Formats: sequence, structure tokens, C-alpha cells
Amino acid sequence: MYQTDQYEGMIAETVSMRGHNGDLINAYVARPLGAGPFPGMVVIHHAPGWDEWYRECTRRFAHHGYVSISPNLYFRDGHGTPEDVGAKVRAAGGAPDARVLGDLDGANAVLRSLPYVNGKIGVFGTCSGGRQAFLAGCRLKGFNAVIDCWGGRVVQSKDELTPNQPVAPIDYTKDLGSPILGLFGNEDKAPTPEQVDQHEAELKKHGKSYEFHRYDGAGHGFFYYDRAAYRQEQAVDGWKKVFAFCERTLR
Amino acid sequence: MCTMIAHQVKIQGRGRSGPEWFEVREANVSYDHPYDLPLEHALNIDFVNEAMGPGARVAVELSVDAARQLVRTIQAVLAQADERGVLEDRPLAPVSAGGNPRA
Repeated sequence: MYQTDQYEGMIAETVSMRGHNGDLINAYVARPLGAGPFPGMVVIHHAPGWDEWYRECTRRFAHHGYVSISPNLYFRDGHGTPEDVGAKVRAAGGAPDARVLGDLDGANAVLRSLPYVNGKIGVFGTCSGGRQAFLAGCRLKGFNAVIDCWGGRVVQSKDELTPNQPVAPIDYTKDLGSPILGLFGNEDKAPTPEQVDQHEAELKKHGKSYEFHRYDGAGHGFFYYDRAAYRQEQAVDGWKKVFAFCERTLR
Repeated sequence: MCTMIAHQVKIQGRGRSGPEWFEVREANVSYDHPYDLPLEHALNIDFVNEAMGPGARVAVELSVDAARQLVRTIQAVLAQADERGVLEDRPLAPVSAGGNPRA
């Protein structure tokens, strides 16, 4: 918790980074000023796009002392307003998992290359980004904490598998390499509380370190103050849970 | 998106986004998160021209009831036009690549 007599400063800007297949993509980086060492955080934007909420979210992690990077996972889908680009990706059935993982691996490498990062990297995501955060924790090396906020389609039936998302993330649970924090709304339809139960059972079965919190009176996206889904009380508590988890796992 | 329920249909038409009309070549129909309608999921239709980039888009986001009413209404209007013998059921002449028929 910041004190009123404490120095505070931040740099936030758009940068270029190497993503999947070595492609050059853009990313938003926010970091606290100072020598560090600071933990790192890869911030995965939600399905609607690489938008203002995610800029703010990236700065929020920096404000709390994390060097944060949010790669533009839709870079290859063209440029325009986040809504127009997000709508294009929505029509295409979402970004391909393999490409997303390549971009997240690249973001992790950027953080690890920085002299002021302490070598501990978390990954945070909401909505499709929550699903992708879990995937990253299972499929990539180098993540020390996973935060999955209402990630839909972690549990997928066979007929929900697509060329872009060919494997249900829950099937990779045994490979999860770090503790995971999950935040979910009990009124959500994707994931449903039953799907969260399934995910939790799988984590338990494989002896993974997990912490799930489920909120009554909340559905999907209850952190989004710019949407009708926002739930103030649950969001405030959820953010406290996020930073408590990060302090425990990444400092 | 979180449902990934999306279909694309090739169409011919015109759409207006801002002051300019443009050639619409595709309609993307999804049942997924809307941007502005205060629902978790909605029936979204984006009339687009992919060749012109993501900004060539006319978007509507509908409740399920509104979407069903719209489908019924379109069918009814087409049927009425057919009964009166005024349907122009023929393809449009192709527009040169680039998309804006007035450019």
C-alpha cells in the first residue's frame, strides 16, 4: 500500500516486441520508476480488444509495483479502433491459441531481459484472456503466477473445439507450472459455475496450488467499470485478491 | 470472444459508416459479447468490407427477441414484395476493387 510521503513515478508507452514466429508486434508497457527489482506481469487483453480498459489495467499493475506488458494479440488483424479490430477477430472465431502463446512467450522474454525485473513473472487475463492466461501457465515456461478472471471456454466440449482453439485448456491442467488465482461470477454463462467446478476438480486432482473465489451477484466481466456488468463491491474485493496473490507469489 | 459462435456470409450491398457509403461484401453474424448493448451476449451483425480494413464496418447489436423479430420482418417484407411482383432478385454488377462505389 502506497504511503502519502512515498515517491511514485511511472513510464507507460507503446513499444515493439517479437511475438509468435518472431513477428514484430506492438505492446503497451507500464513500469514503475526506480531501480527495482520489480516483479513482471504479462497483461492479456480481453476478447473485445486491446482497448483503453487494458491500458489502464496495465498501468494499474505498474502503480502497484509491477513491470507490466500488454501485447496486442490482434496486431496481425489490422489496425483501427479497438472495437473494429476486435469485431473482426470475433468474426474469425478469436485469435489462434498457438499464435497467442507465441506472443505471450515473447512478452515474457521482454520482461526477463530487463535489468530491473526480479525474474518472477505473472500472467493476468480476463474473459478470453483468462483462458489464455491459464493456457500460458500450462504450455509455457517462465510464469510464476497465473490470474484467470472469468476465463470462458477453459472447459470445451468436443463440438466447441475449432481450428483456432483445437484443445480444451482444461486438458492441459496437469502441466500447470505455477499457482493460479481464479475469480468468477456465479451468474456467468461462460464459464458457468458448473464449468468452474470442473476446472477446480481438475486442479485438485493434479495437486495444483489454486485459489478460486466465486462472487454472488456478479456475472461475466464484473471488473469492467465501463460496462453494465460492473459490480463495484465484487470488483473492489477481486482486485484486493489479485494483488494479495501477486505479492505472495511474485515478490 | 467467449462463445466463438460466429458465421460469415458473403453479401452484396452498401453500408454507411459516418458520412460515406461503402460497398459491403461480408456480413459477420455472431452470438457473443456486444460492445455497447448492456447484455452479456447479444446477436451481433457487422456489415463489413474486409478489403477496406477493420474500419469499414456497420455494426448492430440486438437482443435475442429483437434479432428474431428482425428475421421474421425481413422474411415478411421479402414475401410481400414477391407477392406484388417487385422483387429484383438478381445480383448486382461487381464494383471495382477497393470498395467505395463513389470513390
